[in-house]
Amino acid sequence: MMQAVAVPEQVKDVAQWPVISTKNLDLQFQTADGPVQALKDVTLDVTPGDFVSFIGPSGCGKTTLLRCIAGLETPTGGMLSVNGMTAEEARKSRAYGYVFQAAGLYPWRNIGRNIKLPLEIMGFDKSEQDRRMRDVLQLVDLQGFEGKYPWQLSGGMQQRASIARALAFDADILLMDEPFGALDEIVRDHLNEQLLNLWSRTKKTICFVTHSIPEAVYLSTRIVVMSPRPGRITEIIESPLPKDRPLEIRDSAAFIEIAHRVREGLRAGHGDV
Amino acid sequence: MTDAAQTAVPIIRGAALRRFGGGVYPILAVLIALIAVWYLAAAWMNSTWTMDQAARAGTSPGFSEILADTMSQDRPKLPAPHQVAAEFYDLVFNKPVTSKRSLVWHAWVTLSATLVGFGIGTVLGIVLALGIVHNRAMDLSVMPWAIASQTIPILAIAPMIIVVLNSIGITGLLPKAVISAYLSFFPVVVGMVSGLRSPDAMQMDLLRTYNASRAEILWKLRFPASVPYLFASLKVGIAAALVGAVVGELPVQQGGLGARLLGGSYYGQTVQMWAALFMAAILAAVLVLIVTRIEAGLLKRMGLRQ
Repeated sequence: MMQAVAVPEQVKDVAQWPVISTKNLDLQFQTADGPVQALKDVTLDVTPGDFVSFIGPSGCGKTTLLRCIAGLETPTGGMLSVNGMTAEEARKSRAYGYVFQAAGLYPWRNIGRNIKLPLEIMGFDKSEQDRRMRDVLQLVDLQGFEGKYPWQLSGGMQQRASIARALAFDADILLMDEPFGALDEIVRDHLNEQLLNLWSRTKKTICFVTHSIPEAVYLSTRIVVMSPRPGRITEIIESPLPKDRPLEIRDSAAFIEIAHRVREGLRAGHGDV
Repeated sequence: MTDAAQTAVPIIRGAALRRFGGGVYPILAVLIALIAVWYLAAAWMNSTWTMDQAARAGTSPGFSEILADTMSQDRPKLPAPHQVAAEFYDLVFNKPVTSKRSLVWHAWVTLSATLVGFGIGTVLGIVLALGIVHNRAMDLSVMPWAIASQTIPILAIAPMIIVVLNSIGITGLLPKAVISAYLSFFPVVVGMVSGLRSPDAMQMDLLRTYNASRAEILWKLRFPASVPYLFASLKVGIAAALVGAVVGELPVQQGGLGARLLGGSYYGQTVQMWAALFMAAILAAVLVLIVTRIEAGLLKRMGLRQ
């Protein structure tokens, strides 16, 4: 148990190239009411194979940070690199798969063709599209559902399909923006377990935005606690939990201890409220 | 097993009857009421002429004689329903369809202009919508003109279009089709702009994460998302196209339902006018029905309808 704890620390020290690196990142939105500081002085390195959760109250910029990493927002200051490139270049080289809060499947495409959507755009040939579609459906445990339309699937299954779509082109990074936020507790637990399983099998680097403390603690190797006005990182917590995590781990003393630290961190950052 | 089947049958039958009755009986009731009102109005409006005739001849007809006369005048102010029905039947079934007396021939003249105009209007509408969605200058400039174009009374502009096109040698079907297109492009523009813009920010972001090109965004997201909007517009557009074709036929007496309407009014042939009017209504209903059917089939194939 304790050995497993030490591993991520060592790996990081062996000077692994950070997949995602931000330094003093700033983002100011110009609004009708004047400028709003969405992100301030965000400095963070994400190493390969990390599972990093961003947690904080709404308005803390966790989604904005994820969108910056995805090249969907442009920071107004600081440095940001993804796979050694700018976020824009990384987006253009299709370095990541992005999972949104809503599954966002096209109602006019069946599940199989929804998953092939990025593959079509990226120019994979037909047989490769079919192969990859079947592979990722297997990964999210939806094999045999390719002919179904989104409305025939439950919310949890739709979100799994959208994860499969993000995995289909096999990018090394998976960016997830509160993917299970709209699902009920039971489905969420099940999907969390599946996601961990998927992460350990695919060795992806995952950035995961959430506002659920148990979810963040259960999934992450590192938990980034953020606070609002301006959005900034207040604490980065390295999880001592082993990589192999059954759901029951949430009742262990170690789990409760980290959850407590996260809660404290959130409270500290929220002192003014 | 048989028990279940026996109980199931009446339930299904009941539901089918309810659905059948629920649709047909109210429509039937309204139709009967309309025909009754029509007969009353015909008797009332046409009685003036009957009384005048009687006064001139120095006779004083009884109520039943007056009533019988109002139902069978040659040029009634308002023809009775059965007169219109008889005229309609005669002009549709008893005349060779190639004859200029056949209502089918006139309907075909109008229909051909309608369809050509509808086609032009639809293509024009989609092209303008694409421009509005993709080009900021067009976004700001086209819509006000499109709206302005629809505020001009079509009856005022139709003869001008015909005259202008005639003067450059374009006659026949095309000027009428242009008027049809003029009326039918507008709903298509409005519907398609809404449809092409219907994908939400998240859908657009998703395609940005794939670094999709504008053309790919158009083909894979905007176009499929706009199909339900397009069909709602097409239903309005095809009815407008028919009105356009009929209006286009008024100034040129070269056949078509519009020509029949105006010709009938010149010669006081009210029965003929009403028959043409009904033909136009039937035509419009059939055209809208066809569009609805195509819509249902397409949406089902796209998986948008269950």
